[in-house]
Amino acid sequence: MRIAVQAESFDLGAEANAFAAGVAGAGAVVTFTGVVRDLPEGGLQAMEIEHYPGMTQKAITAIAEEATQRWGLCDLLVIHRYGRLAPGEAIMMVATAAAHRAAAFEAAEFLMDYLKSRAPFWKKEITTAGGDWVAAKDADEAALDRW
Amino acid sequence: MMQVLYFAWVRERIGVPREAVETEAATVADLVADLIAREDRYAAAFADLSALRVALDQELAEFDAPLAGVREVAFFPPMTGG
Repeated sequence: MRIAVQAESFDLGAEANAFAAGVAGAGAVVTFTGVVRDLPEGGLQAMEIEHYPGMTQKAITAIAEEATQRWGLCDLLVIHRYGRLAPGEAIMMVATAAAHRAAAFEAAEFLMDYLKSRAPFWKKEITTAGGDWVAAKDADEAALDRW
Repeated sequence: MMQVLYFAWVRERIGVPREAVETEAATVADLVADLIAREDRYAAAFADLSALRVALDQELAEFDAPLAGVREVAFFPPMTGG
């Protein structure tokens, strides 16, 4: 299990390949990548991501340990960036490896749902008009109920 | 002495990312009331507690949680990770 909280960009292909090459006994590897999306009306200059150093690693570790236990994962990877990101840049990725695909897919979805509202990150959209903090959606909180 | 941390728009409204606070507050809610009584910028940040979350020593907690033994309190809006 590897959890990286970093400002630097990461190479999705290289990370996915290294992850898949390092797992033994897995029949399925699922990866998900979150990308900075432009606003519907365009004009996004950057996404600033703030986090709570100290709590971030602990919170993600707790979520990852639960996923590993519930779905019997062979291995798991979470990379989450902070700082100033341009549209199109990858914000984060998760990878899960399991014996079968259902567990790998479900664990990845569980991780995403929990990272969204239980990992201490806050996003701010920067446009020429200024900065707007992204508000959490009720649906994000509701998504946790299914687990 | 307790370390109090603020993130995102809470940090912007209060104007500092962290500060050491001397308080007799027994619970998080008491600490909030204590801060609100000090200056307007705290009142602006804590106007709607339903829009805020709190962590005690880096674990999510409730506003009625006791502060005994706690060294670090953090206030922030609901998280938007992923």
